[in-house]
Amino acid sequence: MQWTTLFDIALGAILINNFILAQFLGICPFMGVSKKMDTAVGMGFAVIFVMGLAAALCYPVNLLLDKLELGYMQTVAFILVIAALVQFVEMFLKKAVPTLYQALGVYLPLITTNCAVLGVVLLNVQNDYNFIESVVYGITGGAGFLLAIVLFASIRERLEFADPPKAFRGFPIALVTAGLMALCFMGFQGLRIPW
Amino acid sequence: MNIFYAVLTLGALGGLFGIVLSLASKVFEVKTDPKLDLILDCLPGANCGGCGYPGCAGCAAAILAREAPVNACPSCSGLQTSRIAAVMGVEVKAQERRVAFVRCSGGDRASRKFERYVGIEDCVAAMKVSGNGTLDCSFGCLGRGTCVRACKFDAIHINAHGVAEVDQDKCTHCMQCAKACPRHVITDVPYAVDIVVPCANLEKGAQAKANCSVSCIGCRLCEKNCPTGAITVQDNVACIDYSKCTSCGACVAKCPRKLITDIHATGKVEPVAPVA
Repeated sequence: MQWTTLFDIALGAILINNFILAQFLGICPFMGVSKKMDTAVGMGFAVIFVMGLAAALCYPVNLLLDKLELGYMQTVAFILVIAALVQFVEMFLKKAVPTLYQALGVYLPLITTNCAVLGVVLLNVQNDYNFIESVVYGITGGAGFLLAIVLFASIRERLEFADPPKAFRGFPIALVTAGLMALCFMGFQGLRIPW
Repeated sequence: MNIFYAVLTLGALGGLFGIVLSLASKVFEVKTDPKLDLILDCLPGANCGGCGYPGCAGCAAAILAREAPVNACPSCSGLQTSRIAAVMGVEVKAQERRVAFVRCSGGDRASRKFERYVGIEDCVAAMKVSGNGTLDCSFGCLGRGTCVRACKFDAIHINAHGVAEVDQDKCTHCMQCAKACPRHVITDVPYAVDIVVPCANLEKGAQAKANCSVSCIGCRLCEKNCPTGAITVQDNVACIDYSKCTSCGACVAKCPRKLITDIHATGKVEPVAPVA
């Protein structure tokens, strides 16, 4: 096991190929739940949680599909797996860890069909990651989501007090802000670690 | 043959997950009282927080646990409350409907003549700029809309004078505006009242008069002319005891500041019927 490889994957998922700001996956919750800082943090942790689990669970499913030469069914199969997984996790948490269930609250079911979660498992297959690499990619991808949504929420909380032209108020100015943030994150593209 | 495998595999996966989920729903079943959903259906769902619980779901849980009374929701109509009471199997006493009321009518008539506020459009921010905000009167409404943003029911607006005004028909008495107001100038009155004193200025007459052209100067003319003794001057501002007020309009006619107003402009002489 190369720690450096894992570090590379983590750095890539959080900064260089940030799921929201570089790959444009998971924009819906990014715009929807970023109005307040505390909801944004809740959503971010829920995404980390589900992405890590989904990456772990989809790995054996992909092995099975490969064996049966059904690689083209990945997308459908993964949607099925993720949807079932989130439902299961929700039920389990409600019973076993009510406090965590309360904390993640409404965000868990929101992520069921989130394209960032689906994206992470499909990219795992594309990049030929092994099991541990997949899980690391899932968790750090979620951490990248958390970073982006927290930054965005803090900007949007300030935007509340800004006085943009009427046509720009609300979502338009938020979208412009998100675009500028994506531009900033493009600056990480050149980041390389000389091992 | 390929499609056969594909259908079979996905079918098997789907079936497997289905079985696991249905088993899990039995194993991890958390019993929730069916009454909870019934109560939640009766609540308005605006999550205004007027009850003091986190959202309508929190209020429903508290009502179910008998921590809160069935009429804990200030925004529910009598019909909704009686439905909740029916679910819980208790009687509910009819309550007088109350609405929020802004104790100020000054606005541009009390604002500073030689200053202009250009900061953030928010009362809290305006308060922080200079002690009195942007008014000569240190009690009045700043009119920067903090209460308007706090209201979930679109029931409070800034009027032409730059003072917050409650739309009594939309107001549900959740009092979120009063909590948001940094001047604490919003109180509540019974829904059916006609006569109001929209001023909260506690300063002595001369000072109150200098600061605003529609302030209460504590002259006691209303007190002397009230046939039922409902209106009294306390701390230099007129206060109405609504249990005694008959909406006769004597104080409205006598007020030298034209401050005391009849909001429904009925000017009726006969006493109003008590509210159900």
